[in-house]
Amino acid sequence: MHALHQVLHAFFNLHSFTLAMPDVWAGFQVNLKMMAVAEVLVLVFALTIAVIRGLPGRGAKPLRALAIVYTDFFRGTPIIIVAFFIGFGVPGLQLGYISNRSFTTYGIVTLTLVYTAYVTEVYRAGIESVHPSQRAAARSLGLSYWQTMQYVVIPQAVRRVIPPLLNDFVGLQKDTAIVSVIGVAEAASLSQQFSTQNGDFPSYLVAAVFFILITIPLARFTDYLVAQREGRERAQAF
Amino acid sequence: MTGANGSSAGEPFVQVRGVSKWFGELQVLDNIDLDVREHNVVCLIGASGSGKSTLLRCLNLLERVEQGEIRIDGQRVTHEKVDVNELRRKIGIVFQAYNLFPHMTVLQNVMLAPRKARGLSRDEAEGRARGLLQRIGLEEKADEYPDRLSGGQQQRVAIVRALAMDPKLMLLDEITSALDPQLVSDVLNLVRELADTGMTMILATHEMGFAREVADKVCFLDGGCILEEGDPAQIFTEPREPRTREFLSRVLAGGRMG
Repeated sequence: MHALHQVLHAFFNLHSFTLAMPDVWAGFQVNLKMMAVAEVLVLVFALTIAVIRGLPGRGAKPLRALAIVYTDFFRGTPIIIVAFFIGFGVPGLQLGYISNRSFTTYGIVTLTLVYTAYVTEVYRAGIESVHPSQRAAARSLGLSYWQTMQYVVIPQAVRRVIPPLLNDFVGLQKDTAIVSVIGVAEAASLSQQFSTQNGDFPSYLVAAVFFILITIPLARFTDYLVAQREGRERAQAF
Repeated sequence: MTGANGSSAGEPFVQVRGVSKWFGELQVLDNIDLDVREHNVVCLIGASGSGKSTLLRCLNLLERVEQGEIRIDGQRVTHEKVDVNELRRKIGIVFQAYNLFPHMTVLQNVMLAPRKARGLSRDEAEGRARGLLQRIGLEEKADEYPDRLSGGQQQRVAIVRALAMDPKLMLLDEITSALDPQLVSDVLNLVRELADTGMTMILATHEMGFAREVADKVCFLDGGCILEEGDPAQIFTEPREPRTREFLSRVLAGGRMG
């Protein structure tokens, strides 16, 4: 019984939990900022790269190759390594403006680079899932390649990939904690500081609760979208 | 709609000369010659895989023509420099599977190409689209999504979507093959109406009764060749080629003479 009491006290002490809240919340706001900015950037860059990967013709081959190298590299590299590269490497280059950004900015860059690679694949799967007859229909009406992409292919592709895309965003939101390794004062690192000072661990629980509180709604929303689509597809089958 | 761009009375609106095409090793079109005069309806008949669809898709350059020449409206279209988007604006094609855009309403489906490819204003494109939908009795479906429509309604919308570009030539690729039998007649009525207005059309079809009724010329395709062509009465009553006779008797046995 004594051991159990000790565990409860070390991890779930309500007093310490309350005490840690303001610090960890201050850090979590940095996480929120990184999430929001990185997610918007990822949406834009990933779509661009996915479209480049799908470009037709021999002329676009170097561009396609570049897009493939990018996604292979950043999907294959652990995010913590990318964080070191960006967070320590770029300032070390002493390149003026780009070497004098805040840790938070380097964190956002890291998250954007890595998750753009994942989300590119998601978009690409979506673009490829649009049946070729849709392109044929659009092109045969006299729409150009780009008009076909813009009005016919991409809108359908994006709709289809929203659930897996949101899934990747859950991952991104959690990985905002990893960039603490380059010195971003976010929720995970501040909870660790608090824990060291106080000699107990409820501050980690505070951080965990914050993360869970924002990922649960996103996860439920994703479930909802999937269920909605399944319902629609069933309706179509009749 | 009289012959612009040098398509004089003497010259057919569509001229296909020696067109061949391969999918890998397989030859799907074998030295096709075909003339279609303005305001005429030509029906392509033949078994599945005989090359009817491929020929239609070659005409609007959805498929590359590897050998031979196609002229449409006096313009040589099998040419590196031809503007395919420009060409396709005057050729409407309707597919077996309708291929409406599922994320757009019926009205948006019909308005898209006139607005983006022809540059009509929203009001003008919408007015025309509503007019066309009214003509086929589907104006009350304008704001529905395609999956709320029956197959026959979807196919009629697909036809109207092509018509909205004011094409000079319509290619209809087995447009009733995916439809329930009771929905076929609405679609065929619309095609009949188009024929009556003098639209130049090439139809790949399995509806032999309909072909006989509307066609000015029927071509029987077999193994990528036009084996026999002539006026419908001749083809359907006294075909010259044994293969044509065999095909028609099998169709007849299948109850598709309509």
